[in-house]
Amino acid sequence: MTNDQGIQFTSEGKLKHFLTIEGLSKSLLTEILDVAESFASVSEQQVKKFPLLRGKTIINLFFENSTRTRTTFDLAATRLSADVLNMDISTSATSKGETLLDTIHNLEAMHIDMFVVRHSVSGAAHFIARHVAPNVSVINAGDGQHAHPTQAMLDMFTIRRFKQDFSPLKVAIIGDILHSRVARSQIQALNILGVAAVHVIAPKTLLPAQAESLGIKVFYDVKQGLEDVDVVIMLRLQKERMTGALLPTESEYYKCYGLTEEKLKFAKQDAIVMHPGPINRGVEIASEVADGMRSVILKQVSYGIAVRMAIMSMTMQAAGSRE
Amino acid sequence: MINRFDIQGLLDQLEQALKKTIVDRNIADPVMIGIHTGGVWVAKKIHQRLNINEPLGLLDISFYRDDFSQIGVNPKVKPSQLPIDIEGRDIILIDDVFYTGRTIRAALNEIFDYGRPRQVILGVLIERDGRQIPVKPDCVGETITLPPGQRIKLTGPENLAIHIETIEKAA
Repeated sequence: MTNDQGIQFTSEGKLKHFLTIEGLSKSLLTEILDVAESFASVSEQQVKKFPLLRGKTIINLFFENSTRTRTTFDLAATRLSADVLNMDISTSATSKGETLLDTIHNLEAMHIDMFVVRHSVSGAAHFIARHVAPNVSVINAGDGQHAHPTQAMLDMFTIRRFKQDFSPLKVAIIGDILHSRVARSQIQALNILGVAAVHVIAPKTLLPAQAESLGIKVFYDVKQGLEDVDVVIMLRLQKERMTGALLPTESEYYKCYGLTEEKLKFAKQDAIVMHPGPINRGVEIASEVADGMRSVILKQVSYGIAVRMAIMSMTMQAAGSRE
Repeated sequence: MINRFDIQGLLDQLEQALKKTIVDRNIADPVMIGIHTGGVWVAKKIHQRLNINEPLGLLDISFYRDDFSQIGVNPKVKPSQLPIDIEGRDIILIDDVFYTGRTIRAALNEIFDYGRPRQVILGVLIERDGRQIPVKPDCVGETITLPPGQRIKLTGPENLAIHIETIEKAA
């Protein structure tokens, strides 16, 4: 385990920060999914709020825009009775020249218990975790092109809800792998949980160098890659991250890699279709698929709250127990 | 350890005490709620014996516990099922063992998150010494004293049995 992964744990081996899936054990991922299952089962109760994190203060520190992730983190914290502060960085001191570390130390001086961090620079959440006080937890809500571990966990939760056992599953991930922190975290989680195969389907220009070393099978053709798969995960075409001419045109991309009912026929009949959102209809996915019977895209959003409740309560509990 | 507890006798005793309280307090249509897991087992039996109309409610108080930071999150929490509106109702809350009172504190907090009952009556199969907060059962099957380091465990759900266990370190 490298130093960067070791930083996630207390000296007793409890998960204190949640920064990356890399280096986590199968049993820990399973425990997170089990705890999330408890929160999911109570989320349909009339009263959905519990006093587990009462008196704790959580800051959503989003240096990058996000609606879904921030809202579900916000809801998760609120349902655990924590006080939540949403920092809009565009109006904050950072834009006045304060360094990231100064921002963090100032917020810490206000006795914050947890930072939920999204940043366009890879490693930002790790950097903050290395510098916060011992009783403070940091959760990575997406850093650059590196990791988006809570998204990966909610995707694993969704897969387990619909497919129960990971071991026989073939999972296909289609799209912009190169720029996708979601894909990186998903691939790590799927391999740790021990699926039968991970197929990655993308044009060469949207694949990282030495992609196969990630423990995946690379396909350039959608029909070949989808053959016999149980789960299809679509990725958003990240136009804002594209530099240079990686693709001819959007319509060309849709023709080759966009998920249509016709292409989906190559997957197993009971395959589910997932997408971390936001979806670009007619770019990476057809409306008829996104809204179709096999789509579980909106379920992913609901489960995101339960999974984030689980990760927040587990990390906060570990940080609190360390005196 | 030999099982010296007569479950039927305890259930009889609790049933009688509850019947008396129901009469004394003029309760016509109570709502019974059992605390997961042992309390639900006991409540099922008593619910049947008292012939209560309303379906039995179930509380899992794991998310309301005050020792969360010491024991962590229990990964197998069941959703609480309070089948009807409890506003203004007479509630009979049932647990298997009354010890420190903390479970009942958590259960009351959860119940009051759902509404304001007219009153809550607490019935337990066994009350032991070791109370830590000012909460006490109204109706009990038996009251006993145990040395520290021992605890009572109910096994079930079909054939209920009570065992005394010695634990390594006191809770």
